[in-house]
Amino acid sequence: MKIDAWLKSNTFHHSTFWDLKQLVDEKERQNLKISLCIPTLNEENTIGKEIVIFRSELMTRYPLIDEIAVIDSGSTDRTLEVAASFGADTYFSGDILPSQGFKRGKGENLWKAIHQLEGDIIVYVDADITNIHSRFVYGLVAPLLYQPETQYVKAFYDRPLAFSQGIRPSGGGRVTEILTRPLFSLFFPELTALMQPLSGEYAVRRKVLEEIAFPIGYGVEISHLIDVYTKWGLYAFAQTDLDKRVHRNQDTRDLGKMAFGILQSFLNRAQQLDMIDVKAEVSSILRQFQTREQMFEQKQFTIVEEERPPIITVDEYREKFHA
Amino acid sequence: MNLSTIPPETLRQHVRECRDLLLANLVMTAETAAPTFGEANRVRFLLDRFRESGLDNISSDEVNNAVGFLPGTTGEKTVAVVAHLDTVFDPKENHALSLGPDRVKGIGIGDNSLGAAVLVTLPMLLRHLKFQPSYNLLLLGVSRSLGRGNLGGIRFLLENSPLKIDEAICLEGCPLGRLNYTSVAMMRGEISIQMPDEYDFSRFGVYGAIYRLNDIINRILEIPRPSRPQTSIVFGSIEGGNTFHQLAREAKLRFEVRSESDEVAGGILHHIRGIIDEVRARSGVRIDLEEIAWRQHGGISFDHPLVQLSRDVMRGLDIPPQIGPSMSELAALIAAKIPAVTLGLTHVHNVNTLEETVEIEPMFDGIAQVLGVLAGLDSKGDLS
Repeated sequence: MKIDAWLKSNTFHHSTFWDLKQLVDEKERQNLKISLCIPTLNEENTIGKEIVIFRSELMTRYPLIDEIAVIDSGSTDRTLEVAASFGADTYFSGDILPSQGFKRGKGENLWKAIHQLEGDIIVYVDADITNIHSRFVYGLVAPLLYQPETQYVKAFYDRPLAFSQGIRPSGGGRVTEILTRPLFSLFFPELTALMQPLSGEYAVRRKVLEEIAFPIGYGVEISHLIDVYTKWGLYAFAQTDLDKRVHRNQDTRDLGKMAFGILQSFLNRAQQLDMIDVKAEVSSILRQFQTREQMFEQKQFTIVEEERPPIITVDEYREKFHA
Repeated sequence: MNLSTIPPETLRQHVRECRDLLLANLVMTAETAAPTFGEANRVRFLLDRFRESGLDNISSDEVNNAVGFLPGTTGEKTVAVVAHLDTVFDPKENHALSLGPDRVKGIGIGDNSLGAAVLVTLPMLLRHLKFQPSYNLLLLGVSRSLGRGNLGGIRFLLENSPLKIDEAICLEGCPLGRLNYTSVAMMRGEISIQMPDEYDFSRFGVYGAIYRLNDIINRILEIPRPSRPQTSIVFGSIEGGNTFHQLAREAKLRFEVRSESDEVAGGILHHIRGIIDEVRARSGVRIDLEEIAWRQHGGISFDHPLVQLSRDVMRGLDIPPQIGPSMSELAALIAAKIPAVTLGLTHVHNVNTLEETVEIEPMFDGIAQVLGVLAGLDSKGDLS
């Protein structure tokens, strides 16, 4: 089975890469630049700690990353002030590539980062992690440094400290197990081997990032996986177990919105690849229900998964990186 | 570099340049839970950091102290820098920190994760300053300090280490300006009352454990306490019973006796034992006194060169000294006849609560002060 072989060769635990000096040597040998992008929206409580840990551990002590940039969607709290006070480069997403306009969403920040940052490898790490540690970056960068054929390294979180039985289920969050993995099982069975396809932490080579489209909202991760898979195959991926990730928990209604966006992106991709034929017009309104004074009422959310094209198609980008 | 000639503002600036390293060490130290008797993970972190800093003779011992050694250029004496590693918090509490531009919030951050973080950052700070002391520097992250730990870590080291310590500086997160060079006699105890299942209420009266404990408290309050030597009895915690309407079958009191005299403290404890014996005999309930921690009175004088040096450094950095006795590691060092001071590192709010917060900017003064004292020890020679 291809999946079994891939799991064996391309699934890692971060502890394998404990020797940061060796990683830095390898990076220097390959003459690579590595950039860290932290997309934010109102993350003042956690952003400071992330910046301090990454700067201290991966820039000052072991110079593995060359720049840290916080790319923000328009926070109304002190996210950018806190990040800047600890030495991160901070950007409002709307100020990057202004000719392309501004769309509010995490995917937009990730896409703009490709233009703003200089790295040959870009690492994306969410800003809401409360147990932040340098492994969240080096664990993802390492497979790219040691395996030239690897293009895209995804984080997953596993390894409970104690488990009473020999076999235990291993997998992702609620949206992954209820939506994403069943969809992959139907249409892209090999992608089911990614333990947490929706995790917000991944490291990717620039040459791949510039060739793929970016949904600006919830669909960015799933469409990345499908695009990279169809273009470069399963062996372009690796995944690293980063142990435990502590972050704020989302309620079921928020997960419903996320699932709605993911499903839109998935259907778009499946249609583009001629895997399905959606004949009906698809609504972009998610309807959820609540009761008020014993009456049921609708709440409608318009969720449109707009998409940014591969950034290589943008003139300013080509001038900056491929002149 | 001769640190004692560096102007305070320059020294402070050097420390500020190491802010990220310090704060990262603070985050990693404080987010590693270290309840008393459960410091192993924090010790592992310290040892890793000591190793990466190139210290010699890095080791741990059977009570989980973390030890690192930086040989001096001449090594004619050894100065220990000590920080206790344990905190009062259960590992199940959320140990995640929140880091803002001016403050860090998290449990145990001031007492004493900051002290431990400064200890592990010290080799990097010294390297940044290009300062290599002539004396040997012994970095000690000590375990089992608080509560029932009863300074077990530092006592074990002092009793078992072959290395002679000539002077010592103890690091405590709070407050900035703290300058301790004496310790008071102290005894901490726990009185537990338990009503036996077969208790004969008809013979002894319908009184529960809380009533009996109240009786003991009233009797303790009647014990004469001299104003000189200054002596006090602190009732720190009380618990007992479960409901509104049933007599409590159990009650517990935690208390502390403090005195500037070992004899007076001992006398009060003797008195308390007598009260307990009498109430036990009179009431027929089970009453136990567990003596949890002891300190001896002692210290060095206000004009001891180490205290003088600390005060001079603090004056240079505009840190007003807050002088008082200590019951932490200093007490064990003093009992072992080692001249020592305790220095505080920053301003701390809500210490030992879930809202514990430290201020960042004053840390630079607090750490500059430690470096200043270390530099002074280099230039002043043997202070003992």
